[in-house]
Amino acid sequence: MKTPGVADYPLAETRGETIRGKRGLALNDITLAAVLADTVTMEDLQITPDALRDQAAIAVDAGRPTLGLNLQRAAELVAVPQDMIMSTYELLRPGRASSKQELLDRAQLFSDTYNAPAIAAFLLEAAEIYEKRGVFTYRF
Amino acid sequence: MTDTPRPNRWRRFAEWDERPLRLDKFAREDPAHGFSAFRSPGDPKPAVKVTSGRIAAMDGVLAHDFDMIDAFIAAHHLDPAVAQEAMAIPSDTLARMLVDMHVPRAELVRLAHGLTPAKLADVVARLNALEIAFAYSKMRARKTPGNQAHVTNAKDDPLQLAADAAVAVAYGFDEIETTMRVSRNAWSNAVACAVGASVGRWGVLFQCASEEAEELRIGMAGFTSYAETVSVYGTEKSFTDGDDTPWSKAFLAAAYASRGIKMRCTSGAGSELLMGFHQSQSLLYLEARCLCLQRGMGVQGTQNGGIDGAPITATVPGGVRELMAENLIAVWLDLECASGNDARSSESEIRVGAKILPYLIAGSDLICSGFGSILAYDNSFNPSLFNAEEMEDYLVLQRDFEADGGLTPVAEHRALDLRLRAVDAIAAVFEELGLSTPTPDMKASVVTASGSADTRSYSPGEVAPISEAIRDRQITVIDVIKALARRGFTAEAENLLNVVKLRLSGDYLQTSAMVRGGRVVSAINDPNDYQGPGSGYRMTEARRESINDIRDLLDQDVVLRAEADHKAGQAARIAYGVIGAAEPGTARDEVVIGISPAFGLKLFQTTAGHKLSDLLRVLIQGIQSRGLRARVVRFRHTADTSFLGLSAARLSGSGIGIGIQAKGTAVIHSATRLPHNNLELFSNAPITQLDHYAGFGRNAAAYALGENPEPVLVPTRGEAMGSRYHARVAMIYAIETGLIEDGAAPQEIAVTFLEGGPR
Repeated sequence: MKTPGVADYPLAETRGETIRGKRGLALNDITLAAVLADTVTMEDLQITPDALRDQAAIAVDAGRPTLGLNLQRAAELVAVPQDMIMSTYELLRPGRASSKQELLDRAQLFSDTYNAPAIAAFLLEAAEIYEKRGVFTYRF
Repeated sequence: MTDTPRPNRWRRFAEWDERPLRLDKFAREDPAHGFSAFRSPGDPKPAVKVTSGRIAAMDGVLAHDFDMIDAFIAAHHLDPAVAQEAMAIPSDTLARMLVDMHVPRAELVRLAHGLTPAKLADVVARLNALEIAFAYSKMRARKTPGNQAHVTNAKDDPLQLAADAAVAVAYGFDEIETTMRVSRNAWSNAVACAVGASVGRWGVLFQCASEEAEELRIGMAGFTSYAETVSVYGTEKSFTDGDDTPWSKAFLAAAYASRGIKMRCTSGAGSELLMGFHQSQSLLYLEARCLCLQRGMGVQGTQNGGIDGAPITATVPGGVRELMAENLIAVWLDLECASGNDARSSESEIRVGAKILPYLIAGSDLICSGFGSILAYDNSFNPSLFNAEEMEDYLVLQRDFEADGGLTPVAEHRALDLRLRAVDAIAAVFEELGLSTPTPDMKASVVTASGSADTRSYSPGEVAPISEAIRDRQITVIDVIKALARRGFTAEAENLLNVVKLRLSGDYLQTSAMVRGGRVVSAINDPNDYQGPGSGYRMTEARRESINDIRDLLDQDVVLRAEADHKAGQAARIAYGVIGAAEPGTARDEVVIGISPAFGLKLFQTTAGHKLSDLLRVLIQGIQSRGLRARVVRFRHTADTSFLGLSAARLSGSGIGIGIQAKGTAVIHSATRLPHNNLELFSNAPITQLDHYAGFGRNAAAYALGENPEPVLVPTRGEAMGSRYHARVAMIYAIETGLIEDGAAPQEIAVTFLEGGPR
């Protein structure tokens, strides 16, 4: 399907039949009856990388490139487990990483394990600035 | 000459000391110590240098010397392709473009991608408060305004949270935000508000402000749909002291989106000042840095406008204008703006009303962020600018200015029905999930309670195990939806499911998204298209009518019904017998009382609530107490007090007459005087008592006896008589004037008191 733009928004209305959750269940099939029949799980209520990339494209089309980039980064994080997300957030906080190398390693992990190049680049950028600004200093 | 001590104080100042305003403290302008709203010698001059497509310097700092905030802004906010063009435009020109309706919003947004924090601050600082409000209404991203509520209580009582959430939804809030007194209660608060918010309609977005990791977990369990606690700061030291960096917060922003949860950042003037790292820079400049940072992070929006720093910002000169100015920068940067009007920045109700007005008129994505939909003492975020106490004031402000503040009046019976339903719903969920079984008394106490002080429900300590069970048993929104449905709360189950389904398409991750009428409405499909009068947001007639429909409205039917209630009672007390045409009298010992056309016929009580029979009785007794006679005449050619009095005086043998309208306005007149130059007048009928009327009768007699009595004064304490009575008075007076006949002769009336007359 072609990349959506402003005219395709909201996607739930224009492409409702193509929107799916993580396990492939279609948006329109997520009904109260289905919930009561135990065929809907929390995974079915998780956004997909495709949906985020579509929204990123709409944001860019609407003249909001930075929002588009954030949604692109988000698309890369969909498959990342919650614990990894929280530990990476923690690592980015001041004084948590004791050296630049920790962030470089984490960037490598995101690149290799999660196919997340934008997140990896973002971590590399943080590593450079943190080093320059002394953020790796241990904080009591 | 005796020595009187020199006075040491004008008492007026002592009275001013007692006003709520004097509880507010005000700070002297002091840029070196961070107390300056718009400008400081420490603010840099706006500048940018682009070298080979990269930002080489910004606002006087070379790239090599950038701190983390500069670096992030230069890398992620500033568009090198636009920066030189945009920065070359003089600030005065940009300021004019902001208020020029012929310059499209889109063009200004494009230029903002190339503007530095110092430039943005310099431009908006050139606008006065009115221009800022106007520019804000033109520049805000989404066309339709909205509002956000706080739903919390002092006990973390889930029953009350559910009831209050349902009421907030009914008032039309687009988002509700909760937080806890005890952090362990986060999960219970989240479930209670999510259930309450599903009563009545669907589409209200909900957040539970808590510790970052926990907040994200609660979101992943499906209970919440947005977050706004991701704070950013305008100095590097504040940022790291707040235990974050621009990169950590930007990572969190992507994490929320990756879970399909709407998110905005929070920043506001004064936070750096409160945290002690202000760099001797102005509030506005530091806030401009925060906002550029947020656009760079790629968040769709911001909660901005002082927020927790609003009270300190309001202590400095121009502080309130600064809050408006920073909101303007936010929308100029194309961010959704939840525009503060949040932490109460004053004890003065006048300052509160003045603070909200520009936002109400200009509109905002979320005018308050949020409005305390609960009583001030139940607001766990601290009291808001507006709380439940002032809800009706806000509704009336909407009506006064025909401005859509996002809220709609709710009828009393509807509010009660919703509370019953919400309390039953959350109780059903707790029971179904084996979390707790609230007693009927607990539930009943919450339904009617205005605030948690009135309830006999859960204490914070009793909530904690419920909350921990929700977390530990990994209960999700699906479990809650099922529980609702199993217990017959089908509509609520559907509503809750619909909110969770929003996260699949991600439509509500776009800028300024909310849900109206079951549809996602955002800056994409409802863009602000203001281009002058007739464009931009205008209320539909239906919306206008819903805003205007506040409770206890008066109309002619209401007034006539109220009068009719007294008709039978008056008929038992007084009879007005028409004897015939009234002739001029010759007896020097008479005072004529001229009554108005509807007096005792269609109208039966004064605006003070006195029965007209009592009023006539004391007037007559007053005249008789001086040995004179009262003669009652009904005039039908006029209902005007002055002319009633003058006509009465002209018919009176003594030349003295009293004119009186049914609403109680009365005059003593002399036949020799000009119409509006009476002897005495009771113009404030609502505060005029029977004793005053008795004195009026005595004085009229005294004038007839050639005396010069002390006029009867009705003491006023400065009540706003017009606001209290004029609508009713005008309707009553219309009943009087409706009976006027041109040239109708005055009637001689035989007044008979049927129960305890003057004899």
